[in-house]
Amino acid sequence: MDYYLSVATFAGLNVILALSLNLISGFCGQVSLGHAAFYGLGAYAAALCSVAGLPMGVSVAVGMLVAGGFGIVTGFAALRVREDFLAIVTMGVGFLFLGAVRKQAWLGAEMGIAKIPSPLDKWGYAALAIGGAVAVLLLSLHVRRSWMGRAFGAVAQDEDAARSIGVDVSGYKIAAFFIGTAAAGLAGGIYAHMTQLVVPDAFNFVQSVTILAMVVVGGIGSTLGVVAGAVLLTLMPEMFRFINDYKLLVYGGLLLLVMRFSPEGLAGLVHRVTGRRLA
Amino acid sequence: MLEGVGLGIAFGGVRAVNGVNLRVERGELAGLIGPNGAGKTTLLRLLTGVLAPEAGSVRFEGKDVTRVPIHRRAQLGFVLTHQIVRPFREMTLLENVMVAAASEVTRRPWRALASVEVWPARQRALALLERLGIADAADKPAHSVPLGYLKRMQVARALALEPRLLMLDEPLAGLNYTEAARFADLIVQLNAEGTTIVLVEHNLGEVTRIAGRLLVLHNGAILAEGEPREVMARKDVRDAYLGVQAAHA
Ligand SMILES: Nc1ncnc2c1ncn2[C@@H]1O[C@H](COP(=O)(O)OP(=O)(O)OP(=O)(O)O)[C@@H](O)[C@H]1O
Ligand SMILES: [Mg+2]
Repeated sequence: MDYYLSVATFAGLNVILALSLNLISGFCGQVSLGHAAFYGLGAYAAALCSVAGLPMGVSVAVGMLVAGGFGIVTGFAALRVREDFLAIVTMGVGFLFLGAVRKQAWLGAEMGIAKIPSPLDKWGYAALAIGGAVAVLLLSLHVRRSWMGRAFGAVAQDEDAARSIGVDVSGYKIAAFFIGTAAAGLAGGIYAHMTQLVVPDAFNFVQSVTILAMVVVGGIGSTLGVVAGAVLLTLMPEMFRFINDYKLLVYGGLLLLVMRFSPEGLAGLVHRVTGRRLA
Repeated sequence: MLEGVGLGIAFGGVRAVNGVNLRVERGELAGLIGPNGAGKTTLLRLLTGVLAPEAGSVRFEGKDVTRVPIHRRAQLGFVLTHQIVRPFREMTLLENVMVAAASEVTRRPWRALASVEVWPARQRALALLERLGIADAADKPAHSVPLGYLKRMQVARALALEPRLLMLDEPLAGLNYTEAARFADLIVQLNAEGTTIVLVEHNLGEVTRIAGRLLVLHNGAILAEGEPREVMARKDVRDAYLGVQAAHA
């Protein structure tokens, strides 16, 4: 039972991570190759707070704010660079986070932060992760229906045209980065308390690529597709153990295959087969 | 209403716009003409903020807006339609116009997040598509309709912002003879309803017919300005056009 609960918990966390990246890349059109850094920021910030004696709810909230705060900074950096260069900048953010954390004694350096208080049992974490995933799912569906979603679409499809009709392109990009990275911070906070241990390697480039692969496999921009992609890529390495040893290879290859043969991912397949567009 | 003073910009060695002064009065319909490459598009881009001028300044309704970003100018009621169509390709024509029609709501991201009400924007957008004669394609994605539709959609999208000053960059290009004439009439109508308009056009017949005043740009500078028929009769204006045609031949 414990095994299934932990798989369910990770599926929930991955759904949160994938949907949060989808908000930035799928809705607002801003590439990000360093999303794991915000997952890590949320985890480290929450871990520090809990170790210092704050209740878990407060710690997780602080984790979200810290991740979102750095997300805003990244958003401002994103305003200064051209579209294709943004991939490199966000990848750089990921490496910067890792490099910084590895060298900080107060963050435990390579050993990370251990003995994080854990107030819930396995059922509690599974419920929390899945509840979080449902919340972010509902948020995504709402954003898509709201005027924010339409403005995101305008920014993603043609920034200059968006500006010329009065859309504050910079404001929307920063809002996307804030919402998306704060949600990643939520996943980080839950993760830190569940595992009671955070180490830098849990938030490395492979993790960023994994999150991106979930989004692309599911269908970038499609909320339901991305949920399916996240669940699928959580279960795959569980069923085929060898994947864990070749994650970068398998997910990188998967990314290329999907881009080449079905750029709209699972959502695109559903659209082709049933003629219906997923939300 | 609009005043550009000493505007200039160069691309590499080309002085695309060179020390241009111009005024647009409230309520007028001014035509801006000139041979290919004269700098008309560049001048509009300088005025609306798409490009930052290397020299000079822009005043809109008495305020210096030289450093005001494009989207703020659009919100102030100073709107440009691009010469090259820039639709949101994945959206339908109706959705394209709706985003502009909801600009009060989309002005601030957090307000936009709180609002899901599409009805008023939808009604206004549909009315504009009808006015422009393209309502039959309202639900077609922008990437699937002909250029003439996109040109008119772009004007509908600009009108959805309820502009006080509208700058149109070659709206008649790509339309056939009757479409162009009908469209020109619409421009006159909009002007009569109170929108100040600056019209860049190569269709000299239609501009001289509808514009109250003509400005001629040549090699990045104002060559002539005044009553359309008088301006068109001037020798230097004719030479400017002929020179270009001769060079192209
Ligand atoms: N972004 C740019 N980079 C380099 N050169 C440019 C750029 N934009 C315009 N130019 C040059 O500036 C000059 C003026 O161009 P502009 O497009 O303003 O002319 P125009 O009067 O609008 O012409 P047309 O009637 O063909 O639209 C041309 O020589 C053009 O090649
Ligand atoms: Mg031009």
